[in-house]
Formats: sequence, C-alpha cells, structure tokens
Amino acid sequence: MVQAILNQPIQETRKTPLVQVSRVSKQFGKKRVLHEIDLEVAEHELVVVVGRSGCGKSTMLRLLAGLETATEGQIFVDGLGLRGANAVARLMFQNSALLPWKTVLGNVVLAAPRTSDAPAVAMEALSQVGLADRAKDWPAILSGGQQQRVALARALASQAGLLLLDEPLGALDALTRLEMQALIEKIWIKRRFSIVLVTHDVEEAVTLGDRVLVMDRGQFVLEKEILMARPRTRTSPELVELKEEILSRVMGS
Amino acid sequence: MKSAAINQILPWLLPLGLLAVWQSLSSAGILTGRILPSPVAVVLAGVHLTQTGELPLHLFESFRRAATGLLIGGSIGFLLGLLNGLSVLADRVLDSSVQMVRNIPHLAMIPLVILWFGIGEEAKLFLITIGVFFPIYINTVHGIRSIDPRLIEMGRSYGLSRLGLFLNVILPGALPSILVGLRYALGIMWLTLIVAETIACDNGIGYMTMNARDFLQTDVVLLGICLYALLGKAADMVTRLLERRLLSWNPAYNSIT
Ligand SMILES: Nc1ncnc2c1ncn2[C@@H]1O[C@H](COP(=O)(O)OP(=O)(O)O)[C@@H](O)[C@H]1O
Ligand SMILES: [Mg+2]
Repeated sequence: MVQAILNQPIQETRKTPLVQVSRVSKQFGKKRVLHEIDLEVAEHELVVVVGRSGCGKSTMLRLLAGLETATEGQIFVDGLGLRGANAVARLMFQNSALLPWKTVLGNVVLAAPRTSDAPAVAMEALSQVGLADRAKDWPAILSGGQQQRVALARALASQAGLLLLDEPLGALDALTRLEMQALIEKIWIKRRFSIVLVTHDVEEAVTLGDRVLVMDRGQFVLEKEILMARPRTRTSPELVELKEEILSRVMGS
Repeated sequence: MKSAAINQILPWLLPLGLLAVWQSLSSAGILTGRILPSPVAVVLAGVHLTQTGELPLHLFESFRRAATGLLIGGSIGFLLGLLNGLSVLADRVLDSSVQMVRNIPHLAMIPLVILWFGIGEEAKLFLITIGVFFPIYINTVHGIRSIDPRLIEMGRSYGLSRLGLFLNVILPGALPSILVGLRYALGIMWLTLIVAETIACDNGIGYMTMNARDFLQTDVVLLGICLYALLGKAADMVTRLLERRLLSWNPAYNSIT
C-alpha cells in the first residue's frame, strides 16, 4: 500500500508537508538542547541543517526518527502525531552501523519490506549504489566509503519516505565525499523521498539543499531557499556567495 | 608453500624429540618402569586395555559425565546470562548474588556436596555443572553488554521485532564472547572431572587411574594422564572449529587457517 504510493511517478506535490515539527523542545535533565523548533519537510524535498558541533542537530534527527520523544511540542507525520518509532523515516549515521556478521546483501535484506521479493529489492538497491558485485562480501573488508554506500542501499531498500542523514559523509576523504554527494543527489532525483541532511560542511549544504537551515544552540537562526538547477557547480558565484553568508552565520555569535 | 609445510612441522619437533629422549632413557635402563614407564609401554597398556574392553568403557563413562555436566551447567549459565544481559531488573535482583557465589572455588564445596549427594553420580555432575556455569554465565552477560548500542538502535529504527532484534543483532553480537566462555568452561570441565572421578567412582578414566595406582601399574596411570591431555586438546579443537565456522565474518578469526 505505502509502497505503491511511494512508487508513483513524481508530480508537483512539493506543497504537501510530509513531516511537520511544531514548537518542539527537548530537554535532557535540566539541560535544554532544542528550543521551540518549527520545521516542515515537504514530499521530495531535500532540507539541509548546518550548525556547530553540539548545537542539537543529532537530537533533532533522533526526534524525527522517533528514537527520542519531545519534551514539549509535537511532530506530525502525514498529519498524524508521531508516537514511537517513525515508520516512514530511516536514520543513517556517520558510522555505517552495518551488522558485521551479515553479508552486504544480508544487511540490506534486513531493511527491505518483509515480502518474498526482499532479496530482489535489496539487490536492486545495491546496484543503485554500484555495489551489486560485493553482495556476498563481509562488511569488514569494504572501504569506509563502500560501507556508507551499503548503509545508503539499506536505507533505500527500506522504501522509506524520509531519509535522515546524520553527517553521513563526515568520516570520508574529500574525493569519496564528492562522489557520495553526487550519488545521493542522483538517487534522490530518481526516487521519490524526502531527505533531512545534517552536515557541518557548508559547501555540501549549498550544493545539495533545496533549503538550508542554520542551527545555533537549539534554534534555527537562518533559513535559505536555494532554487538553482541541479547538478550545481560549486564554483558558481551565487553558490560561493551563499556559502560565505551561511558560513559567517554559522561561525558568528 | 614450502614455509607452510615447515610451519606445520615446527610445533611437533619438541614433543617428538622429548618422546625420543624418554624412550631411549627407558631403553637404556636409566628410567625404571616403576617411576616412568617408556612411551612404548604406555601405548602397549592402551592397546591391552582396549582389547579387554575396559578402556572404551571408562572413556565413554568419563565423556558422558563431562558432556552431561556441560550441557546442564552451560544451559543454565547461558539462559541466566541472557536474562541478566537483556533485563536490567533481573540483573539488579540476581547478579550480585551470583557474583558472591562465584567467589567460592567450586572444588572447595566437595565436602558439602558429598554430604548432600553422597559419593554417587549426582555429586560429580553437580560439581561439573557449577564449574562450567560461571564462565558461560559471565561471558554471555558480557557479550550482550558489549554490543555496539548503535547497532541496536539501527535495528530498532529499521523496525525489527524484539525477536528479530535478538536473532539478528544481540545473539550474533554476543557469540564471540559466549564462545570464549565455552572454552574456559571446557577447561574447568576436565579439571572438575578429574577431581570428581578420583573421589570415589567405579568407572571413568579417573577410576581407572586410581585403581592402577593401587596395583602399582604406572603405565596405566600414565595412560590416564595422557588421555586427559588428549581429551582436553580435542575439546579445544572443537571450540576452535566452532569459532572459525560461526565467526567467519570476523577478520580476527578467519585469517587463521
Ligand atoms: N542522551 C543525552 N543525554 C544528555 N545529553 C545529551 C544526550 N544527547 C545529546 N545530549 C546533549 O545535547 C547537546 C546536543 O547534542 P547533539 O544533538 O548530538 O549535537 P550535534 O549533533 O549538533 O553535534 C550536546 O550538548 C549533548 O551533550
Ligand atoms: Mg551530531
């Protein structure tokens, strides 16, 4: 049912909010980490959140994934209040979190909807990230970039409507990171899902984002809509200017 | 290729050399049969006892005893380890008591065990059961505790059921540690068996050895000791094989050929 909806061709549906965060605060003990956050993520939108380490980005993603509950405020998914794990969302971390005792394919199959064609769905996802030929290998023998691609394939195989990417490329070398950015963008354009990407790399943010939000001490302090065509040239004057503006806001105060 | 063959031979050089020296000292009459019979005499004793059917009987009884104790103690240790590893509440209630009992060397309980069970089969099984329980219990709990919490979170966020989480993440994650526990348990199992069979028994390798001592058959005593060594080695080889099969995903295990 959900799958059928997700596989429909892309139409002009940008206005429909998939996730709506409404005045959400999060406190750990006495420590207030998020302060009355508002955020809407439309279907097939790529939202990027940048901010310094410790400002609350991961906490926000964990709330969206339903792994933590908000102290105040509410999160709506498809108009319904979120309780427990968010079934349409998949979280991907800097660490690939692959099960070392399962083969590459086994890891991806685990995430695919539990139907008889799960292995086929998993293989399809692996070919999308270009790793179909490594299906039978143990994750331990793959490079860091390949492990992240498997984690991405796992997220894809789960047919999720929302990918929550928590600095997924942070541990990769510069070249692999560029490759992965292009890969994520390519797959995102082809498939119909939304992304909330957290990064500390401002260039990554402006290259990929439909919208870039700057978070500072648990609040959004800047929001930029970027309507430039894709794939974007990193050296284009508008992008460089945007990058400077966002960077100064991240560094400032 | 050549160096691999040499590597295969190397560990055998020293034991074979010692055997050769031992045999020649015996043949030269420097070592008397009463103190230390020659290797050939030990082998001959083994052949003789096999022909009379005594040796297979004792071997079987010892093996049955060891396996039964391991099965009972290992299962209890594993299940209790799972319970305390998975449930914080159970751990609160049970773990400190278990740790307290653990500090008593199980062989120190022999007098008490004899009072409880007499000198029959139950006493021996009880000792082995207690002996193998602790290493399996402790390593099962430790294995579960040391699983990367990010993997469990991943499982939860991918919608695995409790059973799915257990079978796909927790059990395989704890397995390396559980197998370490099994290896310790096997060592303790043989040790306990030796002690238990020498208390009072009418079959088993330990009985055979003690009985031979009464009749001054040093060759049979030595045969019994060698058999314990061989059984211990065999058990160790089985765990290694298990590790290599079950943990082939782990680069630390599959590199050993
Ligand atoms: N489970 C928790 N318990 C207590 N404090 C936490 C917990 N998770 C995060 N924090 C705190 O919340 C703040 C924000 O953390 P995080 O969301 O991980 O930041 P970011 O991802 O932006 O680097 C940090 O100061 C961190 O110490
Ligand atoms: Mg973080």
